[in-house]
Amino acid sequence: MENVSKISRLVYTWVVLFALWMAFTTSLALDEVLVGLAISFVVAAMTFSYFTQIGLKAFSPKKIMYQIQYLIIFIVALVKANFHVAKIVLTPSLPINPGIVEFETKLNSDIAKMILANSITLTPGTFTVDVIENRFYVHWLEVETEDSEKVYKAIAESFEKILLKIYE
Amino acid sequence: METILNYLGYFFVSIGAVFLVLGAFGILRMPDFYTRIQAGTKSSTLGAMSFIFGVGLLEPAWFIKTLVIVVFIAISNPISSHALARGAYKSHHQPYLKDGVDAYKEVENQKEVKL
Repeated sequence: MENVSKISRLVYTWVVLFALWMAFTTSLALDEVLVGLAISFVVAAMTFSYFTQIGLKAFSPKKIMYQIQYLIIFIVALVKANFHVAKIVLTPSLPINPGIVEFETKLNSDIAKMILANSITLTPGTFTVDVIENRFYVHWLEVETEDSEKVYKAIAESFEKILLKIYE
Repeated sequence: METILNYLGYFFVSIGAVFLVLGAFGILRMPDFYTRIQAGTKSSTLGAMSFIFGVGLLEPAWFIKTLVIVVFIAISNPISSHALARGAYKSHHQPYLKDGVDAYKEVENQKEVKL
């Protein structure tokens, strides 16, 4: 992870920021594109060390496949989560058993942990209260178990498998 | 083609509105702060995402910009809910626990001993 060159990380940040610029301006006029290239380069030079740790490797076909797979799993989980909450809210007896559980993640990269925490927040019945080192503290609407292995299997495994392939 | 886009747009806007209403209902019904965040974050995220995506389909010129907004909501909403929950816990707001499962308590107690 540490051996990714600075140039690769800089170029990756530049490409992403320039794509964002193009999305906002939605114009192919030469002067706007040139200004966009310049500004996104300056911002990329200032922020690439926070922005990415794997650099251009993120664009390799394999990793793009995993990113698309992650996106699909994530959207399915998000829709499921909403129906889950809707079902609980519309049940007159309000069937909840809330509690805060913890589990350990195998991820090392900060960005990957952030994505995992965000995904947990948007999946059925759970949201991340805090992340300390590699321990996640998760508020769960229907606590089934306290055992951190089982919690990990129930909450995080499906996301983490893919994140490990993208970021490690 | 345009009518199909219109119908799709109205479909996503209505789905978003329904989930936003359900989210508001959830905030009313849940027993404590943390469970209210649960209901609020999920439905407001999907509700707002779907609503804005639908607007993008109704106005194709805005489509790419609405996509950027959708991605931004997906990233920023969970972070705000995490910050709220963590802040509430740090200021000793006790969660409602049915079975008393609270793994985070130990961490907080250890910190107080160290201080």
